[in-house]
Amino acid sequence: MHALHQVFRTFFYPHSFRLSLPDVWAGFQLNLKMMVIAEALVLVLALALAIVRGLPGPAARPLRVLAIVYTDFFRGTPLILVAFIVGFGVPGLQLGYISNQHVIVYGITALTLVYTAYVTEVYRAGIESVHPSQRAAARSLGLTYAQTMRYVVVPQAVRRVIPPLLNDFVGLQKDTAIISVIGVGEATQLAQQFSTQNNDFPSLVAAAVFFILLTIPLARFTDHLVAERERRERAQAF
Amino acid sequence: MSSNGSTPFVHMQGVSKWFGSLNVLDHIDLDVPEHNVVCLIGASGSGKSTLLRCINRLERIEEGEITVDGQQITDPKLDVNVLRRKVGIVFQAYNLFPHMTVLQNVTLAPRKAGGFSRDGAEGQARGLLRRIGLEAKADEYPDRLSGGQQQRVAIVRALAMGPKVLLLDEITSALDPQLVSEVLALVRELAESGMTMILATHEMGFAREVADKVCFLDAGRILEEGSPAQIFTEPREPRTREFLARVLEAEKLA
Repeated sequence: MHALHQVFRTFFYPHSFRLSLPDVWAGFQLNLKMMVIAEALVLVLALALAIVRGLPGPAARPLRVLAIVYTDFFRGTPLILVAFIVGFGVPGLQLGYISNQHVIVYGITALTLVYTAYVTEVYRAGIESVHPSQRAAARSLGLTYAQTMRYVVVPQAVRRVIPPLLNDFVGLQKDTAIISVIGVGEATQLAQQFSTQNNDFPSLVAAAVFFILLTIPLARFTDHLVAERERRERAQAF
Repeated sequence: MSSNGSTPFVHMQGVSKWFGSLNVLDHIDLDVPEHNVVCLIGASGSGKSTLLRCINRLERIEEGEITVDGQQITDPKLDVNVLRRKVGIVFQAYNLFPHMTVLQNVTLAPRKAGGFSRDGAEGQARGLLRRIGLEAKADEYPDRLSGGQQQRVAIVRALAMGPKVLLLDEITSALDPQLVSEVLALVRELAESGMTMILATHEMGFAREVADKVCFLDAGRILEEGSPAQIFTEPREPRTREFLARVLEAEKLA
């Protein structure tokens, strides 16, 4: 009984919980901001990179290699390292405008660099899943390679990868917490400060609740899309 | 070569192609005059589809030459997109774009590659769809249509670019038997209107009815060619006789 009380007192004490909420919420708004901007950037950049990776012909080889090097590098490097390198390294370069950004800009940059690498692979899988006969049909009608990608391949690919794409975004949302290491006062960091000052943990639980509340709807929405597609594909099979 | 009336619209000479070590086309010579219908018959894997796909440069050839409307299509300077506006192709599996409505399927190429305005393309598309009795399906997605309807839309999609020759690659092979006739009726109508066509087909009765010339392909070669009457009633080659006997047998069983 005592132990249970101890657990409650340490993690869920309503008074501390309430007291920490304004701070944690203020921090969480930064998480939201980083998440929204990084996701928008990732959506566009990753698609461009995936298209570059699929370009045909020997002339495009250097571009393809560049895209491969990029994805290999940023998929293989832990986000926390990228955050350190961008967050501390770039300001240290003293390159005027580039080196004088708000720390949150470096945070968003680190998130975008890493997640673009992941999402490029997702898009690429989608593009490759579009049957070659679709390209053959489009090219046979006199559409150029670019038109075929724009109107026939990419729209079908994007539709197919929405569930895994949203899955990666759940990861991105949580990883905004890592950006605290370069001094962005986001939810985790403020919660931790509060926790240290008060020697209890409800503030951290509060931060966790915010993250969970954000990801659950996205996860359910993803499930819904997957189920919807399965239903449609079954309907087509008959 | 000039494009006057006496030269065949599609001319193939000594065309060979390999997939790795497999010789899929072996010195093909074929002439298709304007307004003619040529049927390619032969077993699966005999090279019929590959032959068609070489004519619109979906496949490259290793040897020989192909001219379409007097133009060398193996010329590296050739703009394939211009060639493909002249050469329509319809596939066995329809290959409609599943994320677009019927109308969008038909208008995409005219708008983006044919210089049509949106209104112009849609007007033309609706006219074509009306001709095949599918105007009411213009705003449906392909998966709401039967196979026969989808294939007719695919034909109309090819026609919307105003091609001068139409390549039909076993366009009824994926269809339920009761849906075959509606597609063949449309092809018959096109043949009567003077469309130059090359068909790869397993429909022997239909080939006999519409073809000006029938070619029997075997292992990448045109083993025998002639009028439908000659090929179907007195084939010279034993392989042709064998093939036709097998097809007839299969048709009886079906």
